[in-house]
Amino acid sequence: MAMNGRADHDGSTQSEVIIRATDVTVRFGSKAILENLSLDVRRGEILGFVGPSGAGKSVLLRTILGLNAKQAGTIEVFGIDYERASTDERLAVEQRWGVLFQHGALFGSLTVLENVQVPMREYLTLSPKLMDELARLKLDLVGLAPDAADKFPSELSGGMIKRAALARALALDPDIVFLDEPTAGLDPIGAADFDQLIMTLRDTLGLTVYMVTHDLDSLFTACDRIAVLGDRKVLVEGPLDTMLSFDHPWVKSYFHGKRARTIATDDQGAAGAAGPQGA
Amino acid sequence: MSETAEAQTTAIGRRVAAPSLDAGNTGDELVLRLSGDWLARTVGSVEAAIGSAAKGDAGRGVALDLSGIHRIDTSGALLVERVARDLKAEGRAVRIDGIEPRDEALFAAVRRAMDREPAPAKPTRGSPLTDIVADLGESVVAMGRELVAAVGILGGTVEGAVRRATGRTRFRGAAIVSQLDRMGLRAVPIIAMMSFLVGAILAQQGAFQLRRFGGELYAVNLIGILVLRELGVLLTAIMVAGRSGSAITAEIGSMKMREEVDALHVIGLDPVGVLVFPRMVALLIALPLLTVVSNLAAIAGGMFALALYSGITPASFLQGLQSSVDLFTVFSGLIKAPVMAVVIAIVACSEGMKVGGSAESLGAHVTSSVVKSIFLVILMDGFFAIFYASLGL
Repeated sequence: MAMNGRADHDGSTQSEVIIRATDVTVRFGSKAILENLSLDVRRGEILGFVGPSGAGKSVLLRTILGLNAKQAGTIEVFGIDYERASTDERLAVEQRWGVLFQHGALFGSLTVLENVQVPMREYLTLSPKLMDELARLKLDLVGLAPDAADKFPSELSGGMIKRAALARALALDPDIVFLDEPTAGLDPIGAADFDQLIMTLRDTLGLTVYMVTHDLDSLFTACDRIAVLGDRKVLVEGPLDTMLSFDHPWVKSYFHGKRARTIATDDQGAAGAAGPQGA
Repeated sequence: MSETAEAQTTAIGRRVAAPSLDAGNTGDELVLRLSGDWLARTVGSVEAAIGSAAKGDAGRGVALDLSGIHRIDTSGALLVERVARDLKAEGRAVRIDGIEPRDEALFAAVRRAMDREPAPAKPTRGSPLTDIVADLGESVVAMGRELVAAVGILGGTVEGAVRRATGRTRFRGAAIVSQLDRMGLRAVPIIAMMSFLVGAILAQQGAFQLRRFGGELYAVNLIGILVLRELGVLLTAIMVAGRSGSAITAEIGSMKMREEVDALHVIGLDPVGVLVFPRMVALLIALPLLTVVSNLAAIAGGMFALALYSGITPASFLQGLQSSVDLFTVFSGLIKAPVMAVVIAIVACSEGMKVGGSAESLGAHVTSSVVKSIFLVILMDGFFAIFYASLGL
């Protein structure tokens, strides 16, 4: 079910690499967080990124986004090395990605609608009316009620903040969205809805999704591929089956732990039934 | 298809074909042929054109032919769909042809969103006159609430003091000492410097004017009385309001934003007792001491300026000071300091407690904390002046 994707979207093949990280090393002081880490993200896939707390998942995300300096290695996004890129190239890259921060990072002094319009106002030459409609469309795509548009972030619930932040991340119709713990702090139903939403968006908008998560449900239902971060590098990457058969203490206890087992068995049963419908 | 896609993704600046629009006639139908890339970044150039393309041709059916479109995203789909709907609303027959299979889902999502009910219109405001009256009323009510809140904080602090004095709550000396360090000790250099300069300027100006009457020596009296009764405490209070008042508001405000104040509540600690009490006590101790520093520095500044400018030696300056200033002058100024401290603490704390969820509200309340406390400090000084005058002192 997970791999149905839309491999043919944009006429490209599954193997087209959108993000390529090669031998990335990040140190804070003398402490190495990431060492010679390599990772590819392919167009149209939902990549789930897991690892123990404090392993450096967020550091890698921030490094890809250019918010953290790295000591060695290269990261290419759309074939552009962000560090060596000119300002114009950087701006071009920034228009092609959207980021959902862990706590939403909505601008508190703007309404939800204005938040979504921030990137639009900066980069697009559209009439205010069309921009309003477009922003409302994005809010609808992420499943927010119309009356949420004129609210301020402080008036929203946790789930609504995530959705509003996702709408802002989608404002420019990016090729790739980065999600930092998108389902953390949501109730299981809300989290399941969010997983479904991400899959729907991937299918309707042809998105590539890079998702840092701890949510086993998300990994089992939404992700095409999973990468595990541990010992300062990517321990293993591949579909769920690879995870389940991989021999590493942390990976084993994560994917075969008590909480994982129930979901895994449920999901295997459900996957067959849901497969054709999902395609 | 795949080779064009390859060509486009070679660079991030992805070659983007400008969207274009051709109108033509087939039978008695108007055909709009759309081609190029209809993306968020590009559709701005055709937004006006597509709106007007079908106008003026009333009554005829319209076919939108999308088969020439290479790529389309939500913005393009929204624009196409909107035009189709506008034309339908005019009672014309509209067809959309040539949507690529891979974009069907996108169009379906856009249609779903547009079918949903539009957001309720914002409540319209009344006439300007009623708005003014309403605003006035709101601000009066807000002022009343503020007064109540301020009294509440004062009461809470007194209650906190009583609880600590009777041993029902632990007295946290360390909190007060740490506040004293920040609000008192670290403010000494700037307050001494500022007061020294003001004292020197005042002495020079005073001496300059009094020289015409041959009474340059009276500049000493001027400095002594003005500084000790009014200026020392006023300068100190204004500096403390700007320096510590803003800090208190920002500290309490950001704790409020992150629900830390609520956390204190549920732990069973009274936020006023924990947050306000040590700050108020620290200000009550620090402000009079800083006033003494300010008084001494201003007088030193005056002495320095007069020695330089009028040749009044420090010895004769001190002699003049002794004859013009008595203990009452000193205390009539110093007695104001604790009052100012209470005013600053209450304003700063109550503004901090009013901070809402956003960074903007934090900024607004810090500003209003400083402005309000400086204004109130000057107002208090005025009350003291009237009080002393009516007593004939």
